[in-house]
Amino acid sequence: MVPIKIAVASGKGGTGKTMVATSLAVCLAEIHSVQILDCDVEAPDTHLFLKPTITENQPATLLLPQIDEYLCTTCGICVDNCVYHALAKAGDKILVFPQLCHGCGSCQLLCPEKAITEMPREIGQINLGETDSGIRFGMGELTISEPMGTPIIHQLKKYSDEAREFIILDSPPGASCSVVATLYNTDYVLLVTEPTPFGLHDLKQMIGVLSVLDIPGGVIINRDGIGDNQVENFLTGTPYPILMRIPFHAEIAQGLARGQVLVDFSPNYSEQFNMLYENIINIVEHRRLLPQS
Amino acid sequence: MIITISSQNNSLESAPSLRFGRAPYFIKYNLSDDTWEALQNAAVNERGGAGIAASQFIIDNESNAALSGHFGPNAARVLSQAGIKMISFDETYQTVQSVIDAYKENLLNEVSF
Amino acid sequence: MKKNAVKQCVILSGKGGTGKTSICAGLIHLSSQEMPGVFVDADVDAANLALVVNAEKINSNRFAGSQIASINPNLCINCGICFDVCRFEAIQEPQSNDAAYQVIDLLCEGCASCYHQCPADAIEMKIEQDGEWFHSHTKFGHLFHAELLPAAENSGKLVAEIKKQAEAFAEAQDLQFILVDGPPGIGCPVISASTGADLALLVAEPGVSGFNDLQRIILTLEHFKIPIQICINKTNLYPEGALQIHELAESKGYPITGEIPFDSDIPKAMVQGQPITIYSPESNTSKEFGKVWQSLKQALW
Repeated sequence: MVPIKIAVASGKGGTGKTMVATSLAVCLAEIHSVQILDCDVEAPDTHLFLKPTITENQPATLLLPQIDEYLCTTCGICVDNCVYHALAKAGDKILVFPQLCHGCGSCQLLCPEKAITEMPREIGQINLGETDSGIRFGMGELTISEPMGTPIIHQLKKYSDEAREFIILDSPPGASCSVVATLYNTDYVLLVTEPTPFGLHDLKQMIGVLSVLDIPGGVIINRDGIGDNQVENFLTGTPYPILMRIPFHAEIAQGLARGQVLVDFSPNYSEQFNMLYENIINIVEHRRLLPQS
Repeated sequence: MIITISSQNNSLESAPSLRFGRAPYFIKYNLSDDTWEALQNAAVNERGGAGIAASQFIIDNESNAALSGHFGPNAARVLSQAGIKMISFDETYQTVQSVIDAYKENLLNEVSF
Repeated sequence: MKKNAVKQCVILSGKGGTGKTSICAGLIHLSSQEMPGVFVDADVDAANLALVVNAEKINSNRFAGSQIASINPNLCINCGICFDVCRFEAIQEPQSNDAAYQVIDLLCEGCASCYHQCPADAIEMKIEQDGEWFHSHTKFGHLFHAELLPAAENSGKLVAEIKKQAEAFAEAQDLQFILVDGPPGIGCPVISASTGADLALLVAEPGVSGFNDLQRIILTLEHFKIPIQICINKTNLYPEGALQIHELAESKGYPITGEIPFDSDIPKAMVQGQPITIYSPESNTSKEFGKVWQSLKQALW
């Protein structure tokens, strides 16, 4: 049985992704086996709400070239072909700039003197564990000052537990490479938005991403009532249904501020999340039965 | 002795650029015979690493000193490894010519990292 | 006559949705009343500032940041070397006996390793358009902003491009102030947005997520040695959280320059396409914005 992988994304930051991801995981865990992966590696926070016991730490690494100065003839082929400008030829040395290096390995392959070897360099951490309610937990965390979180997301996803029925992925905000890395190979994406011009603008961006990735999705409108109905109007007639509306309530904001999961402090939402995932299961299973194109 | 000044445009009357990596032009000035040429900075549109690419460009175009407003840490590492002096000037200089004159009179400070 | 050096401030938060853009819009309005400035929306994945300041485009420009490998199926000899060397799992094995290897565009990072290693010269590197950037006019001054194409790479590079344009514009026009609306997070788009900043204004949100992410952005800015001021947004929603932020700021010596209450007029002002300081100039919110601006001004000049 292949797990159903649901990503929670948003485009705009702060719309309520973590609130939705944690609530969904908690509801599912009542009767299903669940894993949650926090892919917002620059600013992860699902652990603040789910409070897992961490049982394993792994370094997240990138391979960094090391130049053997005795073998190096400073021919500069590595410098000329590094698309990231992570290498420079200065004086009689080749300099390496670790934070620009993407670990592609091209320089090592191109060096005519075989003067380049690669050593793993730590760029972050992966923490694995479990919550009291049996949710398997995984998160990535980027080391301060490192620019690239995307490799950590790829490494975290390798800890996906294919024996679980559901895997929930909490995505970073935005619509570019770290979001693509999170959403890639998932079965369904929940887009969390707010009913304002900002929410609408960023929702359109995310729908573009889902279209490029060819993954079905649905929308959750959070803080319903604070703005207008442009989001709702926009979605009419698109293949992205509005699956849930959560009105703005100061009590919700306060519960989240305290670090509580929504369905724990506001149990009336459990029913809506249960219906939400039943809906998603139907859509995903139906799609899986269709002949592959 | 050749000095290279980061510049906003391609003449000695152009305003100097305070930024090194993303300066649109470099004015390469030969102090021995007062000849000069304007070079377009190929690094100006580069992805991260403009400072490194610009430094590499200066090295490949043979210069003894680089003059700019500030040098980032990556550029500084490359230039000092290559033995190229880094000289800084501030926003009071309105033309590249005035920077050159100030350099000739020893009014500018060398930067070290 | 001595030119005043341009001063640059970047607005960041760590956590998304704390109110950076709304606060930026207010500061744009207030600063424009006192000095000429230029503005940058560095949140290129979710570029909203233009909506609140009613930007009118002057020109738009293609931004091509990355390359993608492309395998010519007619030249491919199915040796599989590209598959072996690709570090990003961006090469797909042939799906049938007479098919060739293929690049998975979404995963390709453009490193060109496969291109160099292909023994049959079957691979080309193609330049991809990643987005567009715009130079716009607003009644407060010029704005440089951008839109990344959905799922494109190089957020950080696009940020660097619009900042470069804004800095060049400021130098050429003799402007005093560059204000940058930053993206969420702490990675390369944030680092790109912060390069060259004289000051970072952090918009903090009370609560466990806001506090956790605030700590991470603070550490990031300390690493890059950028001075910090902090303002607290939605302060009355969770007073214990606001207190936590005060304690953190005090322990590090960073000033809290404003405490903005939760104000349902802020989204309303946004819907109208106005900074809150124009929508409700006499409100407590606008008064706090005024304080934030004054502290910023004092620190920069």
